[in-house]
Amino acid sequence: MTEEINTPGYDIPPEMEGQVAITTLDKIYNWSRRNSIWPMMFGLACCGIEMICAATSRFDFSRFGMEVMRPSPRQSDLMIVSGTVTKKMIPQIVRLYNQMPEPKYVLAMGACASGGGPFKEGYSVVDGVDKFIPVDVYVTGCPPTPQALLHGLITLQKKIDKQSIKNVRWYSKDPVEPIPIPVLGPDLMDPREYALIKQYSTEKLVEDQQVPAVEEA
Amino acid sequence: MSEEVLVEEKTELEERFPEIGRDERKGYEGYIVPAEKLVEFATVLRDEFGYDFLSSVTAVDYLPEDWMEVVYHAYQTTGGPGLVYKVQVDRDDPVVPSLTPVFPGANLQEREAWDLMGIRFEDHPNLKRVLLWEGFDGHPLRKDWREAFYEGDGKPFKSRWPSGEVIRAEENNPFNKNVDYPGGFDPEQWTPAGETAVYAGVGRLDHAVSETALSTDQIVVNLGPQHPSTHGVFRMVVRLEGETVVDLEPVMGYLHRNHEKIGERNTFLMNIPFTDRLDYFNSMSNNFGYVLTVEKLMGVKPPERAEYIRVMMAELTRILNHMVAIGFLLNDLGAFFTPLLYAFEERELILDIFEAVSGSRMMCNYYRFAGVARDLPEGVFEQVKNLVLYRLPGKVNDLDTFLTDNEIIRARAIGIGVLTAEEAIAHSAVGPVLRASGVPYDVRRADPYGIYDRFDFDVAVRYHGDIYDRYLIRLDEMRQSIRILEQVIQDIPEGPIQEGKPQYQVRVPAGEAYGRVEGPKGELGFYVVSNGKPNPWRYHVRAPSFINLSALEVMCKNYKIADVVSILGSIDIVLGETDR
Repeated sequence: MTEEINTPGYDIPPEMEGQVAITTLDKIYNWSRRNSIWPMMFGLACCGIEMICAATSRFDFSRFGMEVMRPSPRQSDLMIVSGTVTKKMIPQIVRLYNQMPEPKYVLAMGACASGGGPFKEGYSVVDGVDKFIPVDVYVTGCPPTPQALLHGLITLQKKIDKQSIKNVRWYSKDPVEPIPIPVLGPDLMDPREYALIKQYSTEKLVEDQQVPAVEEA
Repeated sequence: MSEEVLVEEKTELEERFPEIGRDERKGYEGYIVPAEKLVEFATVLRDEFGYDFLSSVTAVDYLPEDWMEVVYHAYQTTGGPGLVYKVQVDRDDPVVPSLTPVFPGANLQEREAWDLMGIRFEDHPNLKRVLLWEGFDGHPLRKDWREAFYEGDGKPFKSRWPSGEVIRAEENNPFNKNVDYPGGFDPEQWTPAGETAVYAGVGRLDHAVSETALSTDQIVVNLGPQHPSTHGVFRMVVRLEGETVVDLEPVMGYLHRNHEKIGERNTFLMNIPFTDRLDYFNSMSNNFGYVLTVEKLMGVKPPERAEYIRVMMAELTRILNHMVAIGFLLNDLGAFFTPLLYAFEERELILDIFEAVSGSRMMCNYYRFAGVARDLPEGVFEQVKNLVLYRLPGKVNDLDTFLTDNEIIRARAIGIGVLTAEEAIAHSAVGPVLRASGVPYDVRRADPYGIYDRFDFDVAVRYHGDIYDRYLIRLDEMRQSIRILEQVIQDIPEGPIQEGKPQYQVRVPAGEAYGRVEGPKGELGFYVVSNGKPNPWRYHVRAPSFINLSALEVMCKNYKIADVVSILGSIDIVLGETDR
């Protein structure tokens, strides 16, 4: 690890060896961030239990600098979406995501969070949390084993290593807009899609009137 | 109770109520009660015939026959078989009198039937949606209601089998996600109603406020759904007078995964892995309940060795669950994470066994109709033996030594969250919650299933009904489970583990069945209606975590807000099962 930071590609003159270390800002910045990712204590379903397992003695993700799980989004860097995201829950998840300070990451743990999983066809299940918030790492499994979650976290560390202070989103000049919070209507509504919803409903009404309605409204 | 007495009692009941008729359909049992007689019938049944425990309330939509049926399962807390009664109502205007005044335990179940089936319960104190949100379009468990990703009425879908082509459901949806809207809907004009309805639930000011106490404003505090103490995505809205709880309303549905709707599309076999995900700590005992119910319909029984393996897995699950439940309870009492680490250590050892037999740590999918999926692999029996005989008893004693006399635990748990025996029965509380209130009711003993009648064990019971007793009873039950496991280890025979050939598509004759097991969290019931097709017509889960919550308000009232968290911890809920 230390070697990795200390080899930025600049040669140290022989007389200075052992006295100075040269590194790049990116490397030291990412190194400190990648080793202190604080996940949010946020268990949604079955996967949440395996997430707790990953924190207990057998798997112990504090070995990777993640032992501090924070119940508050204001103090966390990583949201592990551990379980099925339902339509009733997604407004809260988006709100929590908006409340997290930058830099922030999202890990979709398990089949449900990644794409709806076994419950995808259900009427109140969101088919993947990435329909609403940006996801950095997907972990497969139902539920993923703690080892798989650890692999996902290591993947996230690798992703952090590749980021550069020059172009990360949270240092850009443009303000970062919060994600609009979905609204619970007759079904889940994304405020960005109101025009589309209205158009669809109007067309559907016309269709329903042409063909005698069979199913209940 | 002997069979003879039962028959006599039933005729007595029929004499008393000439209006009721026996359910004559093939494969069905029980009585059909006219709606206007229901409350009287249930009251008499409770007060004079001893059926004081209303286990399950659910509804079935008989679309081809054009009626809906509300099904009640009543039992006696002294033990014995149950009694089923039904009310048939019109599909277009389904109105049934509410049983909540007679059995407060029907409260949440009736709300669920309103939410998912659209049955209106007259005189229900708080009839609003429970799993979905106010404003949701339609009642999804009705057979003619279709969701956005609807593909067919029964699996396997033609798009997947036998040709094997797969379509992504999103591709057929104009929004590219799992949503659909009614015709003529205008989102700009929409006002979401959900939160107002939730807060209105605790807004009732009919509670007498003590005159001697300081006059303070009552405030409403919201706990959850994102809160570390709620064991998942549960939410409580609490009305406080100072620090004292005046009113509390549980709000759930944040993990409603449409278990029942999906279950009615699945074939019978496909449902087994879904039951794993109900109470995700105890996948083995969930499997047990479901296969038992379908076996009842099919009229088959597993061979001896499979019976023993089933009991072995179910009891290991109970130990696992109680260990973790105690760990989480300590979390809620403020001993953050350390006791839980000890609990999870034992859990890991038990999960190793589950992984060896089933291939998966948590979602075991191990039980099959008339058998289990595979025999114990080499070495696993030794592993179980070492664990049960030499390790677990000591670990349970360790918990006892470290926790039972701990001053903080005693101060925070004794006399807090009291639920009396009468209240527990009336609220249909089950499992450790019921037994800690002094009712020795355990399905393994009261209405034995599998081979539980062979084992020598005591039904653990405690009498104070507070958090402390609910903690102690879990220790007791772990010791009893170890006792059962010792007998299993001694008696387990060699032999086949599956009756007949394992089948992908089982034939289930038409009829209904209600099967229940004593899960670690309490009585877990499955109500399955088959019409002879490959998919169940109705598939309902009587979830102990869900129904135990109807007693939460009673337990929390007049205690401090800080106790609410530990009272909830002592009920031991799992949201996968609460919301299904």
